[in-house]
Amino acid sequence: MKSLKLIGLAFGASVALSTAAFAQDITIAVAGPMTGTESAFGRQMKNGADLAVADINAAGGVNGKKLALNAEDDACDPKQARSVAEKIAGAKIPFVAGHFCSSSSIPASEAYADGNVLQITPASTNPLFTERKLWNVARVCGRDDQQGLIAAQFIAKNYKGKNIAILNDKTTYGKGLADETKKALNKAGITEKLYESYNKGDKDFNAIVSRLKKENVDLVYVGGYHQEAGLILRQMRDQGLKTVLMSGDALADKEYASITGPAGEGTLFTFGPDPRNKPSAKKIVEAFKAKGIDPEGYTLYTYAALQVWTQAVKKAGTTDPKKVMETIKAGKWDTVLGPIEYDAKGDIKQIDYVVYKWDAKGNYAELGAKGS
Amino acid sequence: MRNELCTSLYAKASPVAAVSSLLLQQMKCSRAAGAQELSQELPLSGVKLRQRQPMDYFTQQLINGLVLGSIYGLIAIGYTMVYGIVGMINFAHGDIFMIGGFIALITFLILISIGVTAVPLILLVVLLVAMAITALYGWTVERIAYRPLRHSFRLAPMLSAIGMSFVLTNYSQVAQGARVKPIPPLITGGYTLHESADGFVIQLSNIQILVVITTIVLLLIFNRLVLRTRLGRDMRACEQDQTMAALLGVNVDRTISMTFVIGAALAAVAGLMYLLYYGQVDFNMGFVAGIKAFTAAVLGGIGSLPGAVLGGLAIGLIETFWSAYFSVEYKDVAAFSILIIVLIFMPTGLLGRPEVEKV
Repeated sequence: MKSLKLIGLAFGASVALSTAAFAQDITIAVAGPMTGTESAFGRQMKNGADLAVADINAAGGVNGKKLALNAEDDACDPKQARSVAEKIAGAKIPFVAGHFCSSSSIPASEAYADGNVLQITPASTNPLFTERKLWNVARVCGRDDQQGLIAAQFIAKNYKGKNIAILNDKTTYGKGLADETKKALNKAGITEKLYESYNKGDKDFNAIVSRLKKENVDLVYVGGYHQEAGLILRQMRDQGLKTVLMSGDALADKEYASITGPAGEGTLFTFGPDPRNKPSAKKIVEAFKAKGIDPEGYTLYTYAALQVWTQAVKKAGTTDPKKVMETIKAGKWDTVLGPIEYDAKGDIKQIDYVVYKWDAKGNYAELGAKGS
Repeated sequence: MRNELCTSLYAKASPVAAVSSLLLQQMKCSRAAGAQELSQELPLSGVKLRQRQPMDYFTQQLINGLVLGSIYGLIAIGYTMVYGIVGMINFAHGDIFMIGGFIALITFLILISIGVTAVPLILLVVLLVAMAITALYGWTVERIAYRPLRHSFRLAPMLSAIGMSFVLTNYSQVAQGARVKPIPPLITGGYTLHESADGFVIQLSNIQILVVITTIVLLLIFNRLVLRTRLGRDMRACEQDQTMAALLGVNVDRTISMTFVIGAALAAVAGLMYLLYYGQVDFNMGFVAGIKAFTAAVLGGIGSLPGAVLGGLAIGLIETFWSAYFSVEYKDVAAFSILIIVLIFMPTGLLGRPEVEKV
């Protein structure tokens, strides 16, 4: 009996010791859709986080400790994201880079807030993520409503004194985008000739197109998805209109070109710039390529999320999430995406959208990249 | 400019785009190019007239409404035929229409890939194949979902039809994927009917003419079929009294099967026109189109072929003119409000016969 107690004690001590040894490392997590339909993005996030951890450890770690990485799978499912978040919070992990889908990041962020975990999303662009006054959230990507601002600036500069119309499809995304654009345009002193909404799923836009024709509209801004935007453009050309169509990131889909045919040439839309082309990313892109990985999509965004956190931890001298977040919001961070600064909500101050243009061959390119 | 527009076509976007670029090269782009030249001549922003020529605007919207109405009418003919004979609302008709669109798309792709490039030939083959295969679908649906329930209680075949609608929708989603399947414009070109002093052009495209003509021709053919042929006489006999018709030597099962086959073939034509006009099909398109066409059939007087087309035109015109002069947002509200008003004063629809004739 006594020996049994002794064994138990010894075992307990060894467990305590091993956890103590484990605590020498700081464990952080990356969470995203590692399985399921969005798993390609989950892989990008994992690749980015893996290399970032390796690079940080090679450079001596954080505050004298090495980083260890946990990869968690939410399958882009809000319920699973929530339970992953509970698990991460339960393991007392101070920082998570994730998630991918806005619909996962938002419910997970509440569990992180309660469990004292700092969350930086590399990919979720829904404004709501940072709009709920949570202390623990930040992102390294843009927001959907910043697109409207960029679009409005572009219109105000290039279509001053021309006739503008705004359409939306009544969805959260489409109407949000159209309203942000309208607000920014009106602020710039431009009043639209026409503001109308249609139903997502409509096929016949001839009546709207004739109205655009009557109002002599030079540019129509569509807050909506590419199927409807493609049909609007097609029916505009059929009625002999040369009106330019402009929209948001939903048009960054090759399907748009197959709906419009060559008539889609000249269509404009806002979308994030390709981070692989940024000068700040050159070295890291090469490091990825040396490993046989193309750092596409959100790979570099995830890398940047880890950079921001590591630098802030070094500056704060602690991994305490609340202190680190205060530091993040106060400082300026040098990342693979370029310098990043934060506002009080956790959104980046830099506006990460540029205007793209479709060509007649069914490809799109950044406007200005070719001097147009 | 014109040559550039016609020949510099994208070939990499998708296989669909690649094959159709082959086609497009052979077509004239006169209308598209003409429109471009026109708008280049006019400094658009310089025009300060707030209200453009009201008559021209009206005419353009009239064209829009007539074409939209013809599409609704085309689908509604199939609804109304089945109802007229069997007295059952075939809720799966919208989905048969969707199947027709998909088969037209697939046939079109096969023809292009084996190197057929003559547009009239393609249209003819696509039309025949789509009609034949969709008719087979119509026959099968009737055989497995409606015939076993023919002598069951009145609601049973209708519920079965709703079930069939789900089956067809999900079947095409699984078989063809959930994404929209587009084809680039196949029939291009058109006419500028009138150009007002301030630059408002009334545009009528070839495909719009084709849609309207197809609707009128099909209406005439099938109206004649019902009124003048032996099959039509059998159909009308089944409509009046199935037991009596059977006693007099009419093969009721065969006649009803034929009704579904014809209804499905009509849906295939509508599907093809839809594909050509809007340039895309998706697995879910049968639902909204089906609801609108059903409404058109009811408004026109269900059971009446000219009524279906008239109802389709009415709904198309109401939607278009409401969008044109009031708000696009409430076009469906307007269309359905007028439907309710019409049905209050004319319960059998515009051209419907009183219910007493039905047994």
